[in-house]
Amino acid sequence: MTAFLTLIIVLFIAVAIWQMVKIFDLAQVGTSNDQVATDKDNKINGYLMMGFLVFIYAITIASFWYLGDLPLMSNSASAHGPGLDNLMIISMVLIFIVQTFTQFLLHYFAYKYKGEKGRKALFYADNNTLEAIWTFIPVVVLAGLIIYGLFTWTSIMNIDESEDPLVVELYAQQFNWKARYAGEDNTLGMANVRLIDIDRANILGLDESDPYAQDDIITTELHLPVGRPVLFKMRSQDVLHSAYMPHFRAQMNCVPGMITQFGFTPTVTTADMRQNPDIEEKVANINAIRLENKDQIEAKGQELTYEFDYLLLCNKICGKSHYNMQMKIIVETQEEYDAWIKEQTTFKNSLPTK
Amino acid sequence: MSAHADTHAHDDHGHHHKETFVTKYIFSQDHKMIAKQYLITGTIMGVIGVLMSIMFRMQIAWPEQPNVLFEALLGKWAPEGVMDADIYLALVTIHGTIMVFFVLTAGLSGTFSNLLIPLQIGARDMASGFLNMVSYWLFFLSSVVMIISLFVEAGPAAAGWTIYPPLSALPMAQGGSGAGMTLWLVSMAIFIASSLLGSLNYIVTVINLRTKGMSMTRLPLTIWAFFVTAIIGVVSFPVLLSAALLLIMDRSFGTSFFLSDIFIQGEVLHYQGGSPVLFEHLFWFLGHPEVYIVLLPALGITSEIIATNSRKPIFGYRAMVMSILAIAFLSTIVWGHHMFISGMNPFLGSVFTFTTLLIAIPSAVKAFNYITTLWKGNLQMNPAMLFSIGLVSTFITGGLTGIILGDSALDINVHDTYFVVAHFHLVMGISALYGMFAGIYHWFPKMFGRMLNKNLGYLHFWVTAICAYGVFFPMHFIGMAGLPRRYYTNSNFPLFDDTANANVVITVFAIVGGIFQLVFLWNFFSSMFFGKKTVQNPWRSNTLEWTAPVKHIHGNWEGEIPHVHRWAYDYSKPGHDDDYVPQNIPLKDGEEELQH
Repeated sequence: MTAFLTLIIVLFIAVAIWQMVKIFDLAQVGTSNDQVATDKDNKINGYLMMGFLVFIYAITIASFWYLGDLPLMSNSASAHGPGLDNLMIISMVLIFIVQTFTQFLLHYFAYKYKGEKGRKALFYADNNTLEAIWTFIPVVVLAGLIIYGLFTWTSIMNIDESEDPLVVELYAQQFNWKARYAGEDNTLGMANVRLIDIDRANILGLDESDPYAQDDIITTELHLPVGRPVLFKMRSQDVLHSAYMPHFRAQMNCVPGMITQFGFTPTVTTADMRQNPDIEEKVANINAIRLENKDQIEAKGQELTYEFDYLLLCNKICGKSHYNMQMKIIVETQEEYDAWIKEQTTFKNSLPTK
Repeated sequence: MSAHADTHAHDDHGHHHKETFVTKYIFSQDHKMIAKQYLITGTIMGVIGVLMSIMFRMQIAWPEQPNVLFEALLGKWAPEGVMDADIYLALVTIHGTIMVFFVLTAGLSGTFSNLLIPLQIGARDMASGFLNMVSYWLFFLSSVVMIISLFVEAGPAAAGWTIYPPLSALPMAQGGSGAGMTLWLVSMAIFIASSLLGSLNYIVTVINLRTKGMSMTRLPLTIWAFFVTAIIGVVSFPVLLSAALLLIMDRSFGTSFFLSDIFIQGEVLHYQGGSPVLFEHLFWFLGHPEVYIVLLPALGITSEIIATNSRKPIFGYRAMVMSILAIAFLSTIVWGHHMFISGMNPFLGSVFTFTTLLIAIPSAVKAFNYITTLWKGNLQMNPAMLFSIGLVSTFITGGLTGIILGDSALDINVHDTYFVVAHFHLVMGISALYGMFAGIYHWFPKMFGRMLNKNLGYLHFWVTAICAYGVFFPMHFIGMAGLPRRYYTNSNFPLFDDTANANVVITVFAIVGGIFQLVFLWNFFSSMFFGKKTVQNPWRSNTLEWTAPVKHIHGNWEGEIPHVHRWAYDYSKPGHDDDYVPQNIPLKDGEEELQH
């Protein structure tokens, strides 16, 4: 019965719409042009264009005002960081100038030349000089940026093994990180996921017969001595992950089936970074925010007070808990590092005796 | 086109074969009807895509909070109204897929290439009406498969729209990589077939069916853009198809194209020797040109609308064509900038930085040419014009940050953060969407014989414009703070707590912007039936489609196809009383055609 009633109602509505269409059609004898912009529309929208220009500038200023301390463009913690930050700042300033200027022209012209009946536009189809100017200027500017960028890129990616870098493997799996130190020989032992033996706690698949593997050390926290170049070798056991260390301006994907690498020199210890006035301010700000959301944070079982730490994040979608795949990084003095590493168990000693 | 073919086509038109409802509205071979079918299917997909984005934006702003909307729409994926982490990734994935392919490729290019290519070059229809029909119905089928994939038991595809293996290849790595991913791949394979049929048709039509006098240098920029877009599509889409097929083989038939040395859930898989990086190469060999497949038609539409509404010739027609060609060429050799830190050789990174930053040059030329076209114009602020100006604005804002992302050194620290999200949404998402809206407002009278309500159009534009910047401008900043994209919640990283407020602001803008699209939908669907009837050439435009009668007829023109005597941009030309001279008006005695 309900279905029948619904059907009837739908039918009536359809008839009503059809009749209304007819009435609308009859009401419009001939056609009209009143949905085309009039001088009044041009004027209003011309003014709104200027208003919109103000809005663009306002949202730029507001973003800098409220969020300006967020971008990682200073206080880098690696040797190559300042160079990269410089390039970023130069590019940003450039973008900012071009943005301000071109948005002004675009919206100002839209306001200035808003249409009026009877006025005729200027028939101006081409000008080779102008075209040449705005081809040439970007060419020069971009050439500069490309050259600067390529020098920076090459110096970051070229790893100088003669400097005797500390070799560390970053090992990714759904959804956590492990670090493997190469031990006293500073050479990582052979490894393959096919050799993983959970029963023997050989979780990274090290070759138990490889002499280089015996002194390897597997940890769940990444400790780095300050001032010494580190060469990271990345591995993944399941899907793509990306080892992202934003404070060090470092990132590299971890790809199953191959070993990728990235090197940098940490320059600021965790303790020193915590004393940095900018970081202190940031931490105080974050803690104020956390205090406001006290209930939620405690309900999740997190600690209320935040203390600054360097982090390694996963930055390539890797599955359900991608959003919680992290490892703490601690940069410390050589002595502190030596003391820490001495306490860790070597691979050989971690294996159950046969 | 020879006179012979003209008369032949006309004869066909003479003995009108009777059209039934099915041949006219469903299995139509008429390009105008197919264009409308594309538009309406694309619009429906767009509504779904935008709704998804509002849902995951709510999750980002108010993480793990119960939400009525989630409870109503997500069912078992939102127990007690709290969004599940898997479905969050699925929403992100399907939002990207739908918006990039179904809305901004098929909905934009499919609609306007179909509508405008025959009408603007003076052809009775596409070269093959039948293939055109097949192309639409394959697109429809792929849309249906994609929608069905949302309802499978283990959840829809959730590996990101780039579906990098092994995550997308292994059902045990993620729920969405089971049946959901299979349907995703099937849907995309059908979609690619549809896209290829469409593109081949566009290319053949533009090359062969231009009316008398329509030389390549007299083509409107819309047609140039559609033509070049179709070529890019033919070159790059097959590569994605091959990637999809290889992935299907890896998933279902045990091959190892993209997989090697995998230990997951306590067991070693048999795969050996493949490489996920290979997939990334194949994917981005389409993926990057895809950006221009989406963007070039929008830029073509904008060129046409800005010239018409400025009542001025487009500035630097030849430079515009050259920059379209340059962008098309460069777009096929820049894909590696998505992979700077994928583990490929750093030297390749240098090469791709070089080619990528080169693409900024033709882009800059286009932006400046648009601005110069406005200069000393007589701007008619129709809604289409507003959206076109809006496109230039977001194209500049979004394009400029490409200088940072294209620079391999700088990419290290912003790769896969919200900075990238902000960049590409402005430069190809919002810009292309504005191009699509501009096209709809401009050619609605041509499609439906009625006008869209302009005041609703103004309301739609201004709110959308403010919300688009409100969403994506602050997003650059939280990206530069190092916040990774595709995180279900940021609450496990106290480090990012100071981005939380910005995320709430962004979400509020997104919700308001989303709601105001209803104004457009209302305007669109009600004007289709109740809108004011249009005059033949409401915008006083030069191109040939406005010489065709308002009422659609099969074959487009009664009698002979108009001949073309001039380019499309004789606006406000000295020596003419009107401020426009349609392309079919012969040159006056002693009038010079502009040389280009």
